[in-house]
Amino acid sequence: MISFLKKDSFSRDACLALLSWVFLIVVFFIIPDPGVHDIIQKVFILGLFALSLNILIGYLGLIAFGHAAFFAAGAYTLGLFLQSDFIKIYNFGSFSIPVAILLSILVSGVLATFIGAICIRLKDIYFSFLTLAFQMVIYSIILALVDITGGDQGLMGGFPKPPFLGIDLSKPFDFYAFTIFISILVILVLRQLIESPFGYGLRMIRDNAERPAALGFNNQNHKLIAFIIAGSIAGLAGSLQALLDVGAYPEWAFWAKSAEPLFMILLGGMNTFLGPLMGALIFEILNDFVTANTKYYGLVLGLVILSFVLGLKQGLLDWMVIKFKESRNKNAQNK
Amino acid sequence: MELVAFLECLTSASCIISQTAGGLKIGMLLFLVASGLTLVFGVLGVINFAHGALYMLGAYFSWQVMNTTGHFGLSVLLGAIGVSIVGLMFERGLLNRVYNAELLIQILLCYSIVLILDDLVMIIWGDEFLSSIGIPEIFQVPPLFVLDAIIPPFHLAIIGLSLLLAIGLWLLMTKTRFGHLVRAAAVNPNMLEALGINTTVIRASVFVLGSFLAGLGGALASSIGSVVSGMGNSILVESFIVTVIGGMGSIGGAFLASIIIGMARSFGAIAMPLFTDGIMFLIMVLVLILRPHGLMGDKK
Repeated sequence: MISFLKKDSFSRDACLALLSWVFLIVVFFIIPDPGVHDIIQKVFILGLFALSLNILIGYLGLIAFGHAAFFAAGAYTLGLFLQSDFIKIYNFGSFSIPVAILLSILVSGVLATFIGAICIRLKDIYFSFLTLAFQMVIYSIILALVDITGGDQGLMGGFPKPPFLGIDLSKPFDFYAFTIFISILVILVLRQLIESPFGYGLRMIRDNAERPAALGFNNQNHKLIAFIIAGSIAGLAGSLQALLDVGAYPEWAFWAKSAEPLFMILLGGMNTFLGPLMGALIFEILNDFVTANTKYYGLVLGLVILSFVLGLKQGLLDWMVIKFKESRNKNAQNK
Repeated sequence: MELVAFLECLTSASCIISQTAGGLKIGMLLFLVASGLTLVFGVLGVINFAHGALYMLGAYFSWQVMNTTGHFGLSVLLGAIGVSIVGLMFERGLLNRVYNAELLIQILLCYSIVLILDDLVMIIWGDEFLSSIGIPEIFQVPPLFVLDAIIPPFHLAIIGLSLLLAIGLWLLMTKTRFGHLVRAAAVNPNMLEALGINTTVIRASVFVLGSFLAGLGGALASSIGSVVSGMGNSILVESFIVTVIGGMGSIGGAFLASIIIGMARSFGAIAMPLFTDGIMFLIMVLVLILRPHGLMGDKK
């Protein structure tokens, strides 16, 4: 039993994941407020987006500034596929939604392969600028292809959401349970990846790139695989967001959208696995609370970020983990 | 693609001249702003994401002075000086705390200032577009006609002023003691400290100079376009493009890149009206792939 619950083991993580999902399902019925449900599902969608970016920032030390390109690619792929005639001809019928989501992940993954293969050859700020430039090329393409994407209006007209396996995503509960289930599942898999030899390889490249290279490690391959995984998960987050909003908007590909997961990573912490998810929670609550009370959202968000940058100097979850370890060490010494 | 319109333009002298003049105007205004950004990066090593917000402040300040005094020259000058003061406060109060911090922390600090300033100007001046302060009276004359191409004299004045500033900046950097110190501080600040030079003062003055250039660009922009919160964001991204294409830290490179981007915008608006921005970013991607250190940047 004790080995079953050992720290960082898959079985323990899987148990925790299942418990969290059940807990959030219970929350749905205890708190019947649709506003709360909306915040929780958005936290998971944005959390996926931020967690995926943190593979690059936290574990590889690469400041990607064009991550929203993959988010938008996922969103537009899902929307365009569900709107297309293709679906009617080949008749995916009730499996349209799972196929659309898988296709979104695939398309953003392929895009990430292409962009990543070029970007990872550059370092530091040059890497950041190249990711930014690629993202803005994609933003410009979305704006230019008015006939397909709807240009600056976004993907309008909605799309059907046929039920599958008894899940009807047009019902609030089904959407809530489905989104959170998928998100937790991906977070669980990502956790295994980060704690695997592959994940430790990423940290090694971040801390001293020459050492793993000297050991015969293929740094560039590792970076590219991490980039593709990060892009694919961002695409999944984008497709879930498109399902929620029944549309896709060009702002999702704009560079300011890439700043959002950076905020979440800063607010929650980049050194703790779930830090970015915590950051998404802070970001979403702040968003909800501030926009309900004032239209000067940027002012408040700016001041919060400023206080984190200059005051706490780390994310909230990072800070809590350090405090917790300190107090545990103190207790151990007292005994 | 509007290939036909583009080819028609290329075969007409008047179209080429007016588009070239328009491109130079865009490029020179861009150079004013981007040279400040590249200067600050060269010496301080910080990508100042708040540079566009300083540009916006310059526009608001000059709008305010114009509507109080009605004097054009004064409003542009005070707009730029006002931004320099804000820049000094920003550098001394906040930015100097993160010189040694990670790139992410520097970016987020600057970006938080963008969010704060964008909202502050809305609180002070309202969220409506403010109408342009207009061009001074001596330029309110019929446009020049060169081979049937229409060229507003004020655009020529902006191009001339920017050229003068570019030459002034070049002289400052290469011929004066201050310029030598600044370039030395960019290469080896510790050695400069050891020689008894106060690098803190040098960094602050470079940031003030950078802010002045951003403010001046914004003030001039307020004379040909409307003033609105968030107007700095697009010029910020364009300044990034110029900085990267020219080579980060290279003022000469920024000059060359500004002209390239100005022309790409001007002629791109005819060839691919919906993809004008895309052309600029494609150029940026190509330069980063083929010559990551830019057209005139140092290989480090």
